[in-house]
Amino acid sequence: MNTAGKDHAQLSDVFNEDEARVNWHDETLWFVRAKRDKAAHNIPEWESLRENASQIKDNVLSNLHDYLISFEANAEKNGIKVHWASDAEEHNKIVHAILKEQGVNRIVKSKSMLTEECHLNEYLQHNNIEVIDTDLGERIVQLAEEPPSHIVLPCIHKKKEEIGELFHEHLGTPEGMSDPVFLTAAARVHLREKFITRKAAITGVNFAVAETGEFVVCTNEGNADMGAHLADVHIACMGIEKIIPERKHLAVFLRLLARSATGQPITTYSSHFKKPRPGQTMHIILVDNGRTTQLSRPDFRNSLKCIRCGACMNTCPVYRRSGGHSYHTAIAGPIGSILAPNLDMKKYADLPFASTLCGSCTNVCPVKINIHEQLYKWRQVIVKEGYADPKKAMAMKAMEFTLSKPGVYRSAGKTARWFLKNTPFAVNNKLNPWYKQRDMPEVPKQSFGEWYKQHKND
Amino acid sequence: MTSREQILSKIKTHQPELTSLPAPLTTVPGTVNLIELFSSVLVSIGGAVVEADSYEEIKNYIKQTFKDQKRIISTLKELADVSEQGWESQDPHSYENVDLAIIQAHFGVAENAALWITEELMHQRAVPFIAQQLAVVVKRSSILATMHDAYIRIGNAEYGFGTFIAGPSKTADIEQSLVLGAHGPKGMTIFLLP
Amino acid sequence: MTVALFIPCYIDQFYPNAAIATLNLLKKLNVDVVYPINQTCCGQPMANSGFEHLTQSCNDLFVKNFSGFDYIVSPSGSCTLHIKDHLHSDEQEDLALGIRSKIYELTEFLTDILKVEHLTASFPHKVGMHQSCHGQRGLMLAQMSELVQEPYSKPMRLLNMVSGLEMITLNRPDECCGFGGTFCVAEEAVSAKMGKDRVADHVANGAEYITAADMSCLMHMEGILRRQNSNVKVIHIAEILDAQEY
Repeated sequence: MNTAGKDHAQLSDVFNEDEARVNWHDETLWFVRAKRDKAAHNIPEWESLRENASQIKDNVLSNLHDYLISFEANAEKNGIKVHWASDAEEHNKIVHAILKEQGVNRIVKSKSMLTEECHLNEYLQHNNIEVIDTDLGERIVQLAEEPPSHIVLPCIHKKKEEIGELFHEHLGTPEGMSDPVFLTAAARVHLREKFITRKAAITGVNFAVAETGEFVVCTNEGNADMGAHLADVHIACMGIEKIIPERKHLAVFLRLLARSATGQPITTYSSHFKKPRPGQTMHIILVDNGRTTQLSRPDFRNSLKCIRCGACMNTCPVYRRSGGHSYHTAIAGPIGSILAPNLDMKKYADLPFASTLCGSCTNVCPVKINIHEQLYKWRQVIVKEGYADPKKAMAMKAMEFTLSKPGVYRSAGKTARWFLKNTPFAVNNKLNPWYKQRDMPEVPKQSFGEWYKQHKND
Repeated sequence: MTSREQILSKIKTHQPELTSLPAPLTTVPGTVNLIELFSSVLVSIGGAVVEADSYEEIKNYIKQTFKDQKRIISTLKELADVSEQGWESQDPHSYENVDLAIIQAHFGVAENAALWITEELMHQRAVPFIAQQLAVVVKRSSILATMHDAYIRIGNAEYGFGTFIAGPSKTADIEQSLVLGAHGPKGMTIFLLP
Repeated sequence: MTVALFIPCYIDQFYPNAAIATLNLLKKLNVDVVYPINQTCCGQPMANSGFEHLTQSCNDLFVKNFSGFDYIVSPSGSCTLHIKDHLHSDEQEDLALGIRSKIYELTEFLTDILKVEHLTASFPHKVGMHQSCHGQRGLMLAQMSELVQEPYSKPMRLLNMVSGLEMITLNRPDECCGFGGTFCVAEEAVSAKMGKDRVADHVANGAEYITAADMSCLMHMEGILRRQNSNVKVIHIAEILDAQEY
């Protein structure tokens, strides 16, 4: 989908042109949500786990300065080289410099939403470094020249037939072959060759432990480990908010992460990297890229508690029916909609409005981020900063005028059921979007107020 | 100012008032049979459990079940006569054609069937990931209830690399169809010893 | 006990029967009900659109209309939640806070304050319950499917007191209908699709009526049902709890 210049509503219109496909997308993600529910309900103490995780993350944000310093010191003691990057560009330059120094121009990369956020692939390719994404879903979208549409399930928007076609074109699988087992086996062979021949591997970081200087990377496929353990150079990229205080806190987060993400009791691999293996160099890049700004916003800072499980996407009725690309940012869905405006309020002014504020995201969040309340608060900020549609602002002022004056309200209602023309479901009179797929309410003879005047003494 | 100083100073300015860490969570005592739970979870994530009374039994099982596997390596001296010798110090890339790796775990966790394995039990970090099949030996008495117990057991142990492995490598990236054997082992067998 | 009845603007204008049923029901339960005649709107349509700063005059009017009662009761989870969370007054914040602590959604009031155990209502139909999000996740009227908690439902408990009524079960018990205030027009495609899917769940499971403690969700679903020429109707929960159909 070409997302250039279009907002969430326009991109959702396009996504909804094929209703059968919307149904398929919705059902597929609802299935993941259902698996998450089942896993959560298997843990009677689930809610206290969430509360515990939330409090640990609150503590992290309140003591981030010291935790980062102790993480850095411990990691360096362990033989890991620590770098700091203020923004995406600096992060990309650091990665490039490390690769250049090693004389490497072909690398493998496991899933890292941070590198998506920093557009690392484009940067490296521009500098003549080939990047192979090794997570199957990410490899698929890479071959399709698309961004991931989901942080955990990158190609959840693609049908197996489309993947079959891509593999036929790029990996030489038989035409028309779309069996997931066959396609996965083909990808295994294709990617094994990359693992065996590439000298540098990039991974993301799920958790970094201040107390020990180790970091944990979780995958189901084993691609982060295959890359890291076979490469001479391992570069791990992380946002500064990924720090947790102590090793034992991993218990809480590893119990929550996979259950929230896919309903698995834990990811297949939860790998703790503490020291480089003999002969290997290990780098970790600590990236800010707007996080300290978000930390400065009291209403929004706790979005930094996110552990990137994707549960809010799977449960979001809007995400399921609009697709990840409709959010036109690296991290889609409810969490993406409260993170993105921090980076560029104008560009992402539409995202906090791409929600009914139903609150399901907040309820599934394993670290209890009040996502829907932050969506509401971002709306206020975006309007105040002047990024709202001027037509909407006019309509709102007219509404305020009418609703704040009982006399005006009553006569407006009486004369023409003022509401039918001016309420939220009919803001644009010319092309009333309500009426496209819905009938208008029937207008009663009397309002309740009018009825009450006649009957109050009954 | 370096980026490091900039980031740290911004954090110092903006981080909220210090909140305390919550009291650590512990395993909620229950009546579940840990071995049964471990086994059923492992099977549900694509692994297989073999209860064995001795290394002899494990060897017999390997000879029967994996008789077609050409390259079998093991870190366990007890399994020396069913596995290749002198493999340990090679370039990790050379394990690409290992059909079966048999290693040991420190302990397993019943709630998620994960096994804790550190570098010294792998000899080389790549081993549990690159082999086509993985088998892990663990004692029945080393099956803990939850991840809380797991990290109590790990404590402040020193390691260069350690990992929880739960079942075979897998993916569901294509239309949520679960496929075993994404990049790593296509199968995982756990031998439970007394 | 004197209760002020808060009838949200769109109920006042389009669904007076829901308001009349609410009034009747409360009277039947011997509640002394007052309807402040100068009420208009809680301000939510503006606030949820990002224009909370334009809601002060609505807030002031609300404080003027609804101060001094023992309770304020409204047949809308959404508007009740808005007042509970956002009512604010520059000059009389104590009165605003008082209202916030005394406002109840109807089924919540019947359950928690009046502790209703029996109703004389009768409604011999198959009914699907739509859990509106603001009532469900905001006011916690019922157990939420995302949370690990004991099952309960204040509206369902009341519906089970209605004779002849048969509840249907849904495949997705508490998914949003997609109304969402201005979302319903700003995000027309997704909103309508969400509504269609919600309606389809009720229809597939045999509902004759879809009920809810929020008329706005029902208005949205009614628009879809009528466009589809469906025989399935929407009805506010107050109308069922007050019904005498045999």
